[in-house]
Amino acid sequence: MQRRDNFARFIGAMIALPARAVEPFFAGLQRLIGVKKMPWVFLLPNLAAVVLFSLTPVFINIFYSVTGSDNLYPGERPYVGNANYATLLDCGNYFDPSTCSRDLFWRAIGNTIIFVPLQVVFMIGVALLTAICLNRDIRARGFFRGIFFFPTMLSPVVVALIWKWILQGNGILNFMLAPFGGGKTEWLVDPSMAFFWSIFITIWAHMGFYAIILLAGLQSIPSDVYEAAKMDRASPWRVFRRITLPLLKPVLFVVLILAIIRSVQTFDELYILTGGGPGSATMLIVQYIYETGFAASPRNFGLAAAASLMLGAVVLAFTMIQLQVSRKARDNA
Amino acid sequence: MHSLWRFLTRRRSGEKTDWTDWVIYAYLILGLFLMLAPVLWMANSSFKSVGNLAEWPPTVLPMVSETVVVAGYEAPLPLYDVTTDTGTKRLAQVRKIGLKAQMIDPDNPEAAKISVNVTDITPVRYMQFGLGNYRTLIAESGQYLGRNLYNSIFITTVATIITLIMNSMAAFALSKYQFRGRNTALLAILATLMIPVTVVLVPVFLIISEMGLTNNSWGIILPVVATPTGVFLLRQYMLTIPDELLEAARMDHASEWRIYWRIILPLATPALAVVGIFSIISRWNEFLLPLLVLNKAEARTLQLALAGYQTETGIRYDQLLAMTTLTALPLAIAFIFLQRYITTGIASTGIK
Repeated sequence: MQRRDNFARFIGAMIALPARAVEPFFAGLQRLIGVKKMPWVFLLPNLAAVVLFSLTPVFINIFYSVTGSDNLYPGERPYVGNANYATLLDCGNYFDPSTCSRDLFWRAIGNTIIFVPLQVVFMIGVALLTAICLNRDIRARGFFRGIFFFPTMLSPVVVALIWKWILQGNGILNFMLAPFGGGKTEWLVDPSMAFFWSIFITIWAHMGFYAIILLAGLQSIPSDVYEAAKMDRASPWRVFRRITLPLLKPVLFVVLILAIIRSVQTFDELYILTGGGPGSATMLIVQYIYETGFAASPRNFGLAAAASLMLGAVVLAFTMIQLQVSRKARDNA
Repeated sequence: MHSLWRFLTRRRSGEKTDWTDWVIYAYLILGLFLMLAPVLWMANSSFKSVGNLAEWPPTVLPMVSETVVVAGYEAPLPLYDVTTDTGTKRLAQVRKIGLKAQMIDPDNPEAAKISVNVTDITPVRYMQFGLGNYRTLIAESGQYLGRNLYNSIFITTVATIITLIMNSMAAFALSKYQFRGRNTALLAILATLMIPVTVVLVPVFLIISEMGLTNNSWGIILPVVATPTGVFLLRQYMLTIPDELLEAARMDHASEWRIYWRIILPLATPALAVVGIFSIISRWNEFLLPLLVLNKAEARTLQLALAGYQTETGIRYDQLLAMTTLTALPLAIAFIFLQRYITTGIASTGIK
């Protein structure tokens, strides 16, 4: 407790020093414009950043998606109508990416559609199991909670490199599998294996975050409900099905949506781990946007913008659902 | 012995341990291994020598060959245990030709060299956590490594300070004043929740380059400095601060700015600390935006430099492992001290 307070006080002190220095300026400003307008002064820096780097970009993005050429400067980009969207959507058969004019886009979408449900379902499943275990009355609970959370602190680059080192041909995984008749497998060379490990590693890296939120949800379930169940001699499975799951449902749903929003945007780990390969086996939609708009030559900003607007629509839809649900949960509480 | 067993299986509620507890312990210990072992294996490997790293089967601990200086040879020669018909002798290897190794007795360098099969010799080795990889890393990466480290620290610190100031100012205005347009402003800030940077990569890149901030740390700091979750969390916290405190201060002719930093900020320190910690973690680990904006080697952050290591000259695992360990170290140390704080922060806010 003591250390925590000191840390908070330190952060406070860091902000307070320059705050004293600018006080005359703000006091003068207040005399000039009056107290009524002061909240806008406080809001100004944040609103400016929000408008400049979040709201305006949405409109610029729409502009990019309807203009062509590899020129970054908006003034020099000719209007092309819906040509970018048409190019992306131009497909002989939507289930066979090789018939599309932008086959990589469709492969990335296909991969994302398989990746997201698998990753999210398994991750939330493991997170729930972990949260339930951590919610028990056991020894060293804080220690275990910390251990499960630890990988979420690591940077995506570090996570990817750690696993690359483990999965390489000469790596420790092959060594541990040797007694069971494994050879020097290059795990990231086979497309389906690379895809499996992409899911595994992203779960490994992010599971702890969701486990902590679910654990908080479990702890908020009043203990007298469980006491009552114990009186009735309900089996553990029945307690889980009839008490834990229904009472945890709102939190579980929020966590699920949050995980989907993050999962759709997966990029960093896989970019380092596989670079989207082998071939395009682990290329997801954000990497397609990055490659098209920034790594390819010539850089196709129009296509990248069109693709990111489609991603944006998905993120928007899921965020809306999340806000709706968490508001409902708060109203019920 | 019995009391030790009782101590280990004791529970807070004083109830007896049953079989479900053992299943849970088994799961937790498996998890402990799965979560920790990869990181420890990486750190452990970074202390291995280049030769030791390429070995198959891999040694668990970093091993180095014992060497001996023999008169007449410039470089120290590696020692081997040689199995012969008469027993085992410890000899130094002069050179290896095909399947034969030429050995020499270090105690008797004048004697003739002995030729033995390579299958009959085993290297004499001892465990050593060597810093060789770290030395090569620092020597070969030249001035850039320090530069990258500086960039990362600069971005993390400055961005976190600006985030705290901007977000707390906005949260103060949105929680402690009644004015027209307040809800619109709150909505505009919260709407950015739906616009992650991955969705607006191209325009953000345009704005940064129009401001002349490519290859500049400020190009990374500014775009994500106003975090909607930060404003939201701080506002929720400030709503609980009683308005009477502000009224009393106004009676004493305190300016609004003075109220903000003398009353609101100190009372909001717990929330500020949570926002600050999350800002530090996400800034230190940031990757996609720096990847777009920072191209020059001297402008890169530590994460970018680390990612760059594996493409430039193939994978040099010796340097890569040392650098990965160094990059992960600051947050690992911070985590040990702030673990409880971070996890409760996440649990109560659901942000990261």
